[in-house]
Amino acid sequence: MDILRDALARNAKPDLKALAAALPYARWLGVEAEMRGSELTTILRYSPELIGNPVLPALHGGVLGAFLEITAILQVAFDAPSGELPKPVDINIDYLRSARPVDTYGRAWITKLGRRVVNVHAEAWQDHHEKPVTTLRGHFLLTAPENGKVTASS
Amino acid sequence: MSKTPPDGHILGHVPHARSLGLHLQSATRDGATGYVPYAAHLSGNPETGVLHGGVVTALLDNICGIAVAAALGTFRSIATLDLRIDYMRAATPGETVFARAECFKITRSIAFVRGTAYHSDSSDPVATCVASFMIDANERGVMSPPKSER
Repeated sequence: MDILRDALARNAKPDLKALAAALPYARWLGVEAEMRGSELTTILRYSPELIGNPVLPALHGGVLGAFLEITAILQVAFDAPSGELPKPVDINIDYLRSARPVDTYGRAWITKLGRRVVNVHAEAWQDHHEKPVTTLRGHFLLTAPENGKVTASS
Repeated sequence: MSKTPPDGHILGHVPHARSLGLHLQSATRDGATGYVPYAAHLSGNPETGVLHGGVVTALLDNICGIAVAAALGTFRSIATLDLRIDYMRAATPGETVFARAECFKITRSIAFVRGTAYHSDSSDPVATCVASFMIDANERGVMSPPKSER
């Protein structure tokens, strides 16, 4: 993607706020990226259209999985600059608590950064990060930049 | 893009399914089938137009849940415990994504499901999944049908 290729060419970190805003599905879902220093927090703005169970009510499980997948993709784009978006290979989503109709926050951590595949862990919470509503573990495939191998930067 | 949309009805009682454009085609004890028509706002990459993985996740989660509800045969509250998805290939931009799920085991508390997402040929899947659901997870959250259907 142009935002990522541009950052790579400048040897700079990509602007995740701009990247999240440039992904049509993330924008439609209401996902925003916030940076505190070099730490990413994603926010899923509550909207009645995100409800999966109107009786409880609770957010749709697919929405939470998608939110964490976006969070993981943004984190990988930040930690493993390659000029292109990482592609999901597999994801495991655990639903720990039902998610209430309020804003949800997300964070992701790289567990292992390989040359081609990245293992990522992501968590979503509402009240407090120690009470996650949903967690995700997944593998994402990196597209190697044309000028050589993907390198980790801390 | 001029293809006639397949049969099916929008899941009107699930707000997110409605906004996603999720259509249900069938739900029996043997499984459930549904689809999401392609839409540009559901793409994960504006340069390729490929559908975001999250759309496939939401579709599979919902169809798996319907497969469990159909296999149970009675209205009981269910909640997804976990969902594992393997992405086999990128969805083709412009094409409808279908999903089929089968609930293959029900115990007293848990239902086990597997599902596939595909375009026209289920032997060439876009993604496959396995999921487990808690049964009677929250009595308060029973998704009951309108009174007229009881």
